[in-house]
Amino acid sequence: MEADRREFLKQTGLLLVLTGAAAQAWDFVLAGEPEKAPTYKLLDHWWAMAMDIRKCIGCGNCVRACKTENGVLLEPDCFRTWVERYHVHPDDPGHPEVDSPNGGYGGFPEKYKAGDGSKNFFVPKMCNHCAHSPCVQVCPVGATFESPDGVVLVDKTYCLGCRYCVQACPYGCRYIDPRTETVDKCSLCYHRITKGLTTACCEVCPMGARKLGDLKDPKDPIHDFLKDHMIHVLKPEMATGAKAYYNGLDGSVR
Amino acid sequence: MREWLRDREHMVRMGILFAGALAVFLVARAVMVPKDFGTYGHFRTGALADNMAHPLVFAGRQACGDCHDDIVASRKGSKHEQIGCEACHGALEAHASADDPSALKPKLPDVKTICLVCHRENVAKPAGFPQVDPKDHGDGGPCTSCHNPHHPEIS
Repeated sequence: MEADRREFLKQTGLLLVLTGAAAQAWDFVLAGEPEKAPTYKLLDHWWAMAMDIRKCIGCGNCVRACKTENGVLLEPDCFRTWVERYHVHPDDPGHPEVDSPNGGYGGFPEKYKAGDGSKNFFVPKMCNHCAHSPCVQVCPVGATFESPDGVVLVDKTYCLGCRYCVQACPYGCRYIDPRTETVDKCSLCYHRITKGLTTACCEVCPMGARKLGDLKDPKDPIHDFLKDHMIHVLKPEMATGAKAYYNGLDGSVR
Repeated sequence: MREWLRDREHMVRMGILFAGALAVFLVARAVMVPKDFGTYGHFRTGALADNMAHPLVFAGRQACGDCHDDIVASRKGSKHEQIGCEACHGALEAHASADDPSALKPKLPDVKTICLVCHRENVAKPAGFPQVDPKDHGDGGPCTSCHNPHHPEIS
């Protein structure tokens, strides 16, 4: 009887103290793994990506890591992130020569010569996780959406594979996965960032040229990045609310 | 009067037809639209959990440092200090989360090629980034004969 009462008080106390998410976490605390508890709060984050073109060396680590982490097909038209090489000649800066051999998966074999007066640089590209995404607006079934924490995601069980969003994305960030005939795109490694890890591409970038940032976290270094550099987004005239912020973005980049 | 009644007959029939269609629509909608659709917007809230459920492949440098703190210490102050372990060593969540990590030892990177992934000369690389043409630099041996990859500076 005494033990029962103790048990009852313990359970009642737990119920009062640990409600909601905390109660879920308690199972993990009891299992000795408190760090694995689902502590992610959907409305406390607003994810963005900071990219520094002055740092990108075109090694292709991000492209390879993204495919590995997300099981993206190795086919040369399936990319969640890719790297482009720009060759801008001063006589015609409006018409740069752009190439991206296999998305930069195997790096960039030397193609240009130093000293011809041209400007050469790499541009890492990925989903801009727009706050007002054209791709979301055209989806007829609600299969693609802006999550409350600012990530544009795909509901693969809802996607019809109609390809409207592929055409609507001004950045060319979507493709149809031939295995499922549904759309695929960068998920900002949603399975990683919700566990406190950074994205696979950021994890392996040797130059720190791309950094995941949480705009709702006042201590996140992305605020310094945005404040201390001259920042630009791709195609601002389309008012997509793009959240891939570039430092050193040349006017020739499309 | 009779005219009017005949017209009303039409209206009632149409009304029943519309009411039936509306009922079918409401039932179909209740059956087909998931309960969690529309909580945060025009999408199924469960799709968030679906995206979260994807398995990890890269462990993240934090996990590496949990065991290999000696390597983390040896990289202090080096030009390579900020580089994630898996940038060179590859995806290692399977190793990091194994019950016996030593049974799943990762393969060492090929030192003849791994360094050149970043350091091979290319005009598009930012000025100031150390780049070499392997034909002119070193004596053809692996980079590790002169450089320690965890602390590449030669003093």
